[in-house]
Amino acid sequence: MASHSAVLSMSKIISPFWGGRLGNTVKVFGTTLTSRRNKTLHAPPPAKYGGRHTVTLIPGDGIGPELLTHVREVFRFSCVPVDFEVVHVNSAVETEDDINNAITAIRRNGVALKGNIETKHTMPPSVKSRNNLLRTSLDLFANVMHCQSLPGVQTRHKNIDIMIIRENTEGEYSSLEHESVSGVVESLKIITRNNSLRIADYAFQLAREKGRRRVTAVHKANIISGDGLFLQCCREVASGYPDITFDSMIVDNTTMQLVSKPQQFDVMVMPNLYGNVVSNVCAGLVGGPGLVPGANYGRDYAVFETATRNTGKSIADRNIANPTAMLLASCMMLDHLKLNDYASLIRNAVLTTMNETRLHTADIGGQGTTSEVVQSVMRVIQSKGQLISEI
Amino acid sequence: MILCVCVLQPPPARYGGRHTVTLIPGDGIGPELANHVRELFRFCCVPVDFEVVNVDSTMASEDDINNAIMAIRRNGVALKGNIETNHNLPPSYKSRNNLLRTTLDLYANVMHCQSLPGVRTRHRNIDIMIIRENTEGEYSSLEHENVPGVVECLKIITRTKSLRIADYAFRMAREKGRRQVTAVHKANIMKLGDGLFLECCKEVASGYPEINFDSMIVDNTTMQLVSRPQQFDVMVMPNLYGNVVSNVCAGLVGGPGLVPGANYGEDYAVFETGTRNTGKSIANRNTANPTAMLLASCLLLDHLKLHAYASMIRRAILTTVTETRLHTADLGGQGSTSEVVQSIMNAVQSTGPRTLSI
Repeated sequence: MASHSAVLSMSKIISPFWGGRLGNTVKVFGTTLTSRRNKTLHAPPPAKYGGRHTVTLIPGDGIGPELLTHVREVFRFSCVPVDFEVVHVNSAVETEDDINNAITAIRRNGVALKGNIETKHTMPPSVKSRNNLLRTSLDLFANVMHCQSLPGVQTRHKNIDIMIIRENTEGEYSSLEHESVSGVVESLKIITRNNSLRIADYAFQLAREKGRRRVTAVHKANIISGDGLFLQCCREVASGYPDITFDSMIVDNTTMQLVSKPQQFDVMVMPNLYGNVVSNVCAGLVGGPGLVPGANYGRDYAVFETATRNTGKSIADRNIANPTAMLLASCMMLDHLKLNDYASLIRNAVLTTMNETRLHTADIGGQGTTSEVVQSVMRVIQSKGQLISEI
Repeated sequence: MILCVCVLQPPPARYGGRHTVTLIPGDGIGPELANHVRELFRFCCVPVDFEVVNVDSTMASEDDINNAIMAIRRNGVALKGNIETNHNLPPSYKSRNNLLRTTLDLYANVMHCQSLPGVRTRHRNIDIMIIRENTEGEYSSLEHENVPGVVECLKIITRTKSLRIADYAFRMAREKGRRQVTAVHKANIMKLGDGLFLECCKEVASGYPEINFDSMIVDNTTMQLVSRPQQFDVMVMPNLYGNVVSNVCAGLVGGPGLVPGANYGEDYAVFETGTRNTGKSIANRNTANPTAMLLASCLLLDHLKLHAYASMIRRAILTTVTETRLHTADLGGQGSTSEVVQSIMNAVQSTGPRTLSI
């Protein structure tokens, strides 16, 4: 894998020099290499400057800025070798300069941690959702969310362990709409064979890596034939993974089963809109939006955020937001950068606070504030030993 | 544009005070449940005659469904089981249920989800009315593949239909004395489509000042539904979100066997189970829960203004579910379908005069 990334960085060096001249050759060469690389884990960007990684940080709106400040605090306390490059995106302006800067920064660093950027629906329809723009420009085709019941959180359902893999770039989120006749709006939902195959392949690979037994495709193919294409692609890919059971379920039945018997699901793969709904239902089942981290993976980039992408405007700056989702997302980021020790350290501290100390914020029925929870996390890290610094 | 402001008129009973209702058995558990409905109606001397129209879901021709549609136009009211849509058939084969709804312009799907005292669920005190636009949205069946491997599906939202469904929702909320209407949408992503829907809802809301109106994005809605469903009162939404949300709510109150659904149009009304399941895997095994279909038939009787019969049967059903606690397998009990129906008939017999000894 080291050789792959070495050759890839070589091709990155070659292209700017030769530009269009060697263009095609390098692209083909690069594509073959990256498609081979796809079969293994995504290679993180190499740590170039003295062993420290640079990660883009987009605070976003609502509770984003305060939570990300806490993440930085915890990282500094734990001596994590990560520097954050902060890029602000103003959701109130109509120009796309801010988000383009953010995208360039992510292209530069390869990895990002972000809060949700608000999409005001009072602005004209030409202003596209910034989050959506980011996902499609960087081609972050897979949104992965792992919902697990935490022992310390009281919920109605127990023993939930579902991985949701959601196609992140097409489907209903194409933002292609038009009003040909006044009063009649047509919104286009796009399903393509390539993207469907890609996401299905990602799902099965991930299932195999994590040792999962079953993949369920969620669709509405009895009404929408685009989902028929999606289902067909999933079946094709499934035939290449005989060790994993594949089945499919219609989205309405899926949501009903989720609220009655969620333990039956293992890995689920689905197009964009159903992914949105199903992931929110699952987040609700395990304890709410404050607990689950989410990751958006592309071929070359990875962006981490809270799974349900809430801005949390109504609880912003009141020190009551639950930092767990954002902290766990930062642990996923550390795993992606192969800083597994730091990732486990912080993750264990967060889970200890959640399960043993039982210091909960208001959304899960407790009375702790955000800063108290973060303090508790840092205390657990301190008690574990070596890797700390005094603030 | 004239909106229908009067209450839907049921067809007048022409032949000796008896109504004729179209019955479409459908597939899976439909036929057996439809038989139980007929049995119960005969036992209670309900003045309703059923005109049975079978629709074969395996045939590619649309003759069967056209016959059914014509029968419903004739009678004005129908009770139906779900007709299976095999997704292995070519895409030119449209869903029969969808054809029926769009041809008869049954624009409002109404589902009332209530927690029943005798059914054990994780949430209590749920009382949500879901009003779902039934004819447009994602179910337009308009798709094409201009480039091989790229499929475009059109989701249509029109001003006329959005105003119509919003008006229906607010009128219904007013009639039933409800305090709040929530519109469910995804206007941050589908700005024009769901944006138009939301705008229409707001316009209609301004004409009903005594009712609170708010809106919620569909993902947040589903999350709130599984954590705190008691906060919702009346919900109005386009077709696909309606499908998902109504299934979530049905799951919350106890499952697909309990909730009836109604499809209303300007001139016609069709009643069925709320979650439209075919139930192929439990067909003909005498284990299906008849409650949803029987409550749907009570909605039918209410629509025909036969309120006394409707209340009688409804009370008997609720007695069986909550007091006698005779439950079928889907609710965790061991009763069979016929036992439940017998119990309902016993409850009807014990409450009063109008019975027929078989």
